[in-house]
Amino acid sequence: MIKVEDVHKSFGEEEILKGITTEFDKGKTNLIIGQSGSGKTVLLKCLIGLFKPEQGKIYYEDKAIQNMDDEEQRKLREEIGMLFQGGALFDSMNIEENVMFPLRMFTKQKKADMLARVNEVLKRVNLENVNKKFPAEISGGMQKRVSIARAIVNKPKFLFCDEPNSGLDPKTATLIDTLIQEITHEYDITTVVVTHDMNSVMEIGEKVVLLKNGKLVWQGTNQEIFKTDNEDVTNFVYSSDLFKKIREVQLKEG
Amino acid sequence: MKYLQDIGSYFLMIKKVFGSFTKTSVLKHLIFKEINDLIISSLGIVAFISFFVGGVVAIQTALNMDNPLIPKSLIGFATRQSVILEFAPTFISIIMAGKVGSFITSSIGSMRVTEQIDALEVMGINSLNYLVFPKIVALMFYPFVIVISMFLGILGGWVAGVYGGFSSSTAFISGLQDSFIPYQLFYAFFKTFVFAFILATVPSWQGYYMKGGALEVGRASTNSFVWTSVLIISANYIITQLLLS
Repeated sequence: MIKVEDVHKSFGEEEILKGITTEFDKGKTNLIIGQSGSGKTVLLKCLIGLFKPEQGKIYYEDKAIQNMDDEEQRKLREEIGMLFQGGALFDSMNIEENVMFPLRMFTKQKKADMLARVNEVLKRVNLENVNKKFPAEISGGMQKRVSIARAIVNKPKFLFCDEPNSGLDPKTATLIDTLIQEITHEYDITTVVVTHDMNSVMEIGEKVVLLKNGKLVWQGTNQEIFKTDNEDVTNFVYSSDLFKKIREVQLKEG
Repeated sequence: MKYLQDIGSYFLMIKKVFGSFTKTSVLKHLIFKEINDLIISSLGIVAFISFFVGGVVAIQTALNMDNPLIPKSLIGFATRQSVILEFAPTFISIIMAGKVGSFITSSIGSMRVTEQIDALEVMGINSLNYLVFPKIVALMFYPFVIVISMFLGILGGWVAGVYGGFSSSTAFISGLQDSFIPYQLFYAFFKTFVFAFILATVPSWQGYYMKGGALEVGRASTNSFVWTSVLIISANYIITQLLLS
């Protein structure tokens, strides 16, 4: 579980996060949603330690990251898997080396064992016979799956995903969403996904946190999001014509 | 004010490079890769330029010797002095600022743009140590490149001088051996080490702290060449003043 307590973050004069307090549950896919510029990526970067909040605390299983010494923070980061928006695969390494990277860095396993684990996770993300290919030689969707494989290869306790569906066709986007949720349940990890894709909210939003102008304005499940009368939620959810029509039908049917 | 901030951030980067170290087995692999990318792959261009510039130095010296009282051995002497003192350490370093410097900046800059550096940081890896330290170690082999450049520069001078009919081989070699001061070699290699450090760190700084997209990677590479060259020329002046005057 990850607990966020009154987190503030500014860049220069501009305050991006204005006191965020929430919890991300273990064994669930937790979604941070909001319009562009609402602060969701900044919150994610605060969670993974790339940005330091000026105020507030972030607890990983009851221990505040701000109170950890360098060694504790390093160990925590070994327990974090991250799926970046563009995949962030290392161009100079082939797929096998990319996925093996966390194992080479943090374990003392023999190469054969590492290779076996790499093949296992690649199979888990439905990728086979791509080991010797380079990231530039595979599609965007495959790159995302390789990135998921790299994120889970060292059996993390926390998985973070920054806009995992961006740049993907709807079918591949659904596959990636489903894969993230399956892995979350399978490994019983805390997963936090930043997205503005309502399809993702509907498919995997076991807990949803809505940000607006750096403030948390609503939190609940994907079931509750369509029932709430919160104005910020309805403005966000029904900004697309498709969902507006669904809403109209729902209201007509009472 | 911005220049002061940049200088501060450069020295903070150097401190972080020598901070938390990457696993030795991984680092060893990275160092070999950098030696190949930065040193071995530069040998061809360095050899080509050194040989022909050495030849040109010999021809220019010969063509400017109108007085028959000046011995022909001066061609060998002038070639040796020019190549060892300035051409090989300084001129080759400026060329390397273009070749190796822009390669370092663009490769690290691309990693910054595509979030690969963020990925390293999230994994708890000291990205500066992982990316920059192997480059510094690899460029500590740079003096070997300069030795090759010195040898080929003088060889080029000998070929141009002797086969161009400007000097006899005996006179050229006699000039090479004339008034040789070993301390000048120390001076040449001392500044080569300083230039190697500049070549490894300034382009890395430019790439690591760049912001923006692909266009800015190109801009950072250009800035990297300009600033690396400026620093090499400035360091050359200071070291020459301190060690030779």
